[in-house]
Amino acid sequence: MDSTTLIAIASIVTAGLTIALGSIGPALGEGRAVATALSSLAQQPDAATTITRTLFVGLAMIESIAIYCFVVSMILLFANPFWNHVIAPAVGK
Amino acid sequence: MRLSPDQMIFWQHGVLKLNGTIAFTWGLMLVLAVGSKLVTRRLSTGLHRSRWQNLLEIIVTGIEKQIAEVGLRHPKKYLGFLGTLFLFVASASLCTIIPGYEPPTGSLSTTAALALCVLAAVPFYGIQEEGLRGYLKSYVEPTVIMLPFNIISELSRTLALAVRLFGNMMSGTMILAILLTITPFIFPIAMSVLGLLTGMVQAYIFSILATVYIAAATRGRKSTAAPTPKTTA
Repeated sequence: MDSTTLIAIASIVTAGLTIALGSIGPALGEGRAVATALSSLAQQPDAATTITRTLFVGLAMIESIAIYCFVVSMILLFANPFWNHVIAPAVGK
Repeated sequence: MRLSPDQMIFWQHGVLKLNGTIAFTWGLMLVLAVGSKLVTRRLSTGLHRSRWQNLLEIIVTGIEKQIAEVGLRHPKKYLGFLGTLFLFVASASLCTIIPGYEPPTGSLSTTAALALCVLAAVPFYGIQEEGLRGYLKSYVEPTVIMLPFNIISELSRTLALAVRLFGNMMSGTMILAILLTITPFIFPIAMSVLGLLTGMVQAYIFSILATVYIAAATRGRKSTAAPTPKTTA
C-alpha cells in the first residue's frame, strides 16, 4: 500500500470519526443545558429574558466544540496538506 | 468544493487579488455606512419620525440596553465598537438572501480580524477604566500562579471567537451547496432559513462575548456583582 493510498484512507476515516465522535459530547451537553433552562423557566417565569439570553450564550459555547470538530473534518477532506503534498506530482505542480 | 469566498477571485494582478471576501466586505461597509448616512440626514425629535429613523433607534437602544444588562457601566462608550461588531456580522449573514452573495464571515481571515479587534479592545478599554497597573493586576487575580493560565485563556478565547464564527458561517454555506446537488428544491430553502437563524444567533453571541470580555476587564475588584469568569471555551 503506497503512501498516497494510506493518506487517503487515513484522511477519510479520520474525517468521519472526528465529526461522529465530536458531535456526541456537545449534543449531550446542550440537552442538559436546555433541560435545566426549561426547569428554571418553569420555576421563575419573570426571569425569562435573562435565562434565555444566558441559555443562548451557553449553547453557543457548547456548540463551538462541535464546530471545531467540523472544521477539522472539513480540513481533512478539502484542505488536507498531506494529500496536496502527495498529489502534487500527479497534478503537475 | 469552495471552502470560503477567498477562492472567488474577481480580479488578479500579480500578487494582488480582489477576492470575494474583500469585495463583499467593502460592499457591506458601503451599504451600512451610506444607508445610515441617508437615514440620519434629517433627524427629528418630535412625534413624527421616518420609519427608517425608528428602525435605527430601535437597533441602537436595543444594543445599548444589552450592553448595560451585561454590566458595563457606561454603555455609550462601548456602543460604537460592540454595535459595529453586531451589525457587521448580522448584516453579513442577512444578505445571504441575495443570490450570488457569500458571507465574508465565512472566511477565516475576516473572523480572525474581528477576533483580533476584540483582543486589542479588551486591554484598551481595561486600561482606560482601570489604569495600566489595575489592568495588569487582573492577570494575577486569584494568585500569581494563575498568570500563565490567564494569558493562555485570553489567547484561546480569541481563537475560539474566530473559529466559532467561521465554522458556523462556513458550515451553513457548505451544507447548502451539498444539499443543492442532492435535493434541489424544498430542502435547501429550509436549510438556508436555518442558516439565517444561526447567522443572527452567532452575530448576537459574538458581540455578547465581546461585551462580557470587556466587562470582565473593566470590572476591577471594586464591584461585587456576579463575576464573569475568564473562560477558555
